[in-house]
Amino acid sequence: MKASAGGYARAVDVPHALELMAGSAGAGRYLAGGQSLVAALNMRLSEGDMLIDISRIADLSGIREDGDHLRIGALTRHADIGRDALIRTHAPLLSDAVRHIAHAAIRNRGTIGGALAHADPAAEFPACALALGATLHAQGGTGTRDIAAEEFFEDVFTTTLAEGEILTGLSVPKAEAGEVQVIEEVARRSGDYALTGLCLVRRAAGHRLSIFSAGPVPMLARGAMAALDAGDLDAAVEALRAEIDPPSDTQASGSYRRHLAGVLLRRAVKRIEGDRA
Amino acid sequence: MSIAFGNPDRPNSYIGKTVPRPNARKLVQGRGRYVDDIVLPRMVHVAFVRSPFAHARITGIEAEAAKGVKGVLRVFTGADLAEVCTPWVGVLAHLKGLKSPPQHALAVDRAAWVGEPVVAVVATSRAAAEDGAALVEVDYDPLPVVTDTMTALDADTPVLHPDLGDNLAFRRLHEEGDVAAAMASAHKVISARFRTARHTGVTPEPRSILVDWSPADGQMTAYHATQAPHMIQTVLAAHLDLPESRVRVICGDVGGSYGIKVHVYPDEVATAAIAKVMGRPVKFIADRLESFSTDIHARDHEIEAKIAVDAEGRILAMDVDDWTGIGPYSVYPRTSAIEGNQVVNLCGGPYDFANYRARTTVVFQNKTPTCQYRAVGHPIAVAITEGLVDMAAAALGMDPVEIRRRNMYADDAYPVTSPAKMRFEGLSHHASMDKLMEMMDYDALRADQAEARKRGKHRGIGIASFIELTNPSPFMYGIGGARISAQDGCTVRMDPDGSIVALSGVTEQGQGTEAMLSQVVAEGVGVLPSSVRVITGDTQVTPYGGGTWASRGAGIGGEAALQAARALRQSILEVAAAMLQADAGALDIRDGQVVTAETGEQRLPLEELGRIVYFRGDTLPKGLPRELVQTRHFITMDYPFAFTNGVQASYLEVDTDTGVVTLLNHWCVEDCGRVINPQLVDEQIRGGIVQGLGGALYEEIHYDSEGQLLNGSMADYLVPMAAEMPDMQIGHVETPTKESELGAKGAGEAGTAGAPAAVMNAINDALRPLGAQVTEMPFTPERILRALGTIQD
Repeated sequence: MKASAGGYARAVDVPHALELMAGSAGAGRYLAGGQSLVAALNMRLSEGDMLIDISRIADLSGIREDGDHLRIGALTRHADIGRDALIRTHAPLLSDAVRHIAHAAIRNRGTIGGALAHADPAAEFPACALALGATLHAQGGTGTRDIAAEEFFEDVFTTTLAEGEILTGLSVPKAEAGEVQVIEEVARRSGDYALTGLCLVRRAAGHRLSIFSAGPVPMLARGAMAALDAGDLDAAVEALRAEIDPPSDTQASGSYRRHLAGVLLRRAVKRIEGDRA
Repeated sequence: MSIAFGNPDRPNSYIGKTVPRPNARKLVQGRGRYVDDIVLPRMVHVAFVRSPFAHARITGIEAEAAKGVKGVLRVFTGADLAEVCTPWVGVLAHLKGLKSPPQHALAVDRAAWVGEPVVAVVATSRAAAEDGAALVEVDYDPLPVVTDTMTALDADTPVLHPDLGDNLAFRRLHEEGDVAAAMASAHKVISARFRTARHTGVTPEPRSILVDWSPADGQMTAYHATQAPHMIQTVLAAHLDLPESRVRVICGDVGGSYGIKVHVYPDEVATAAIAKVMGRPVKFIADRLESFSTDIHARDHEIEAKIAVDAEGRILAMDVDDWTGIGPYSVYPRTSAIEGNQVVNLCGGPYDFANYRARTTVVFQNKTPTCQYRAVGHPIAVAITEGLVDMAAAALGMDPVEIRRRNMYADDAYPVTSPAKMRFEGLSHHASMDKLMEMMDYDALRADQAEARKRGKHRGIGIASFIELTNPSPFMYGIGGARISAQDGCTVRMDPDGSIVALSGVTEQGQGTEAMLSQVVAEGVGVLPSSVRVITGDTQVTPYGGGTWASRGAGIGGEAALQAARALRQSILEVAAAMLQADAGALDIRDGQVVTAETGEQRLPLEELGRIVYFRGDTLPKGLPRELVQTRHFITMDYPFAFTNGVQASYLEVDTDTGVVTLLNHWCVEDCGRVINPQLVDEQIRGGIVQGLGGALYEEIHYDSEGQLLNGSMADYLVPMAAEMPDMQIGHVETPTKESELGAKGAGEAGTAGAPAAVMNAINDALRPLGAQVTEMPFTPERILRALGTIQD
């Protein structure tokens, strides 16, 4: 099938992008890495879009230290996150997650901001942002604002970004001494979306557990987190299985995904316990 | 003089060696010429409006809005094309009772599967054609849908084609011996239910056709990605009311076929019909979604089967009840009954036993039509047979290799006729098994498995012996009335510069046919393979032939090439003998030079002989035959098919918490007779294994109960990828067929035939201590956990 785009414009900076969006009469779509949007265009799942290419906005790319946080530009490519030393040191969950994301060609183009804003319930980065307690930065016609990851994912492919707002980046807290971060997932083939996956972070303040590909949005499994804080793994597995209502599709049933969530939690805990030993 | 194949140091010894592929450089450099690369003057594009319903009456078509789209030239309905293109019926006389209704290029009045073409929109670009197609309004009145195979014949299931009376397309029962008595007196009878999932071929290059009609000289030219150019020539001529001689089919580079591109597709015939109506070139390239919903599907079988064995593990009887749903039409012209028929022909294939009953039931339903795909019926028959044999071994407490050794035909038993009435000229089951055991170090692997089990790792070893049908005679299609050639031809000529041109009726789909032909011809004439240019895939240029299917290219096309090359060699030597005043029998051709046979002394380069023949023929004796061009055709006569055999093994690990299977290693020993190009054969086997592993672990087309296709994309239909593939060790035993001098049988499908069964048996070997067994492919993580009882709701 041939894409049926309504137009294309390249934004030179964020204000320009916002201006193009404002003038698009509702047809504007931000184009970053294009790894989901272009596929959708090519299947005519979306037609007549006015593509606003933000991929060349230099300010939105790169990783820097910002006090006790890392600030990651929205246009930072998956591959760059995977090989970045700051990320490896301060947010190793993101480095590890990259290994699970698709294939090299997609990692070379796809951006972390695109992955977050697209909000695919089976994607890794949204769940990482939740587990790390990231803060997302957005800019719109009325200025900039910060959104907690917990407040960002609303539904399948839906976020709390306002119409026309651009996700400019995210801040993740630097791992404290002794903090452990792991990601576990099972996919049918390497590079496929996970059948189910989870991210587990253990900090002094307690555990943070996010689960993905188990519902319409990635979610923090608060019941399981409390049980983990109490040191009761069996209760955590039970709580996790009760907290989710995974969908069935051609790859696996909801029952399988619920079972898998428990298996992955035990594996993740085993890994972080192993790290403590 | 015959070729001393046993002597690897013989002159021009290219047969049996890995030589470079003549077309590899072109393809790697991106200079291949696929159909979509061809642009003709005044060319237009067609896009199809396809049925969104699995079964519906077409009550109205409104196309005015589409016609208003910029670039749209014309819109055709089924009724429009029915005026210029006759319908076809996919039946063959030798498949007794097979029935199918007439099928049109575009649906007329009724659509019968999701994806059936209903309206064609022609425009100056594909994008404009799609814009137009999106605006065509078709009114559908939905009809009752038939999707389930097993209930298709029930009294309360709607009949898809009322004129045909019921939903039964074909049924065949084969009985040999007394199965009931053998079962009754057996030491053990084991039953199982098997399921193989609906697949499709997923060719890298989608189906593609570009048709040009020249009213001026009454000639149709179809540039087509096809396996059988001459068959397509016949079909286009027959249904578009043209003389066969006025249809030229050109098949350039093809990006993989696997059986998908050997069938007649309504959208492709529609493209040709439109070209004839509009008098200008029309191109159709299927996109990936169209591929999933309209390329033929295959392998959708459900089977109940039983095996009876005595206390020593000897097979007493097999009983197989096979069911398959083929969609709403039997595919033209090869029919959709062949796959079920093959299951009947091939079950129990490697084994010497007496009592056999097998029935296949082929039913209509509202899904994409199914037809022949790589290793037609083999993966199903091998899974049934080898699954049952392993279950019998387990019931007897016998090693799976031992039970096979006790039942396989002895290597000196041939010729022999199987209980399915298949005739085997010469197979090597025991030698192949011996070689496999040595390659895989079976005992050490069993020790590793036991050691892993102590660590809580569940590893399994699976063995699958198999037979493969290759080199088909007219018994496959011709006797049923289809104009599908089982013979094939090759013309070999020498040009003035001493180079050789070979024109062959078999075709190149990317698998290396042209490399095989170049080395056969090089050895046959006595020149370097680089001096041979091979031309295939043009019905106006090459000798008439069948093309590529049923693993026939090397065995039949290769033999025709060898005979033509050797005839040319003789012609050259006769001219050389006159020029050198020598005895032709004392001369030979080596590396492009006429030499004295005994000493190898160089006497005359071929380019000098060419110069004399073509430019100074006056210096040769009057009346000397000087045709430096020879054509030979070859057909198998002694056996309906040249069966090959082999055995595969899989070693894998099952994660019993997640159900994930990790492939650790894979082996295949096969016997395709004479190996012409070892590397090509090995890679054919590996590629085939990968497709078999796809069936075992990943590939499954899903429909809902309304006949909607649920996974028509590469994200949802999982093909095997490199990261999950194990190393594949390939070994050979060579039992050449005596039907030809070359002795080659086919090698293209062996890998696919045996791999799924090997994996199934390995998984069950791993799960057996846990009391679990899987028989429904693909073996997804969920199916494995359900077999283990881990998931029950």
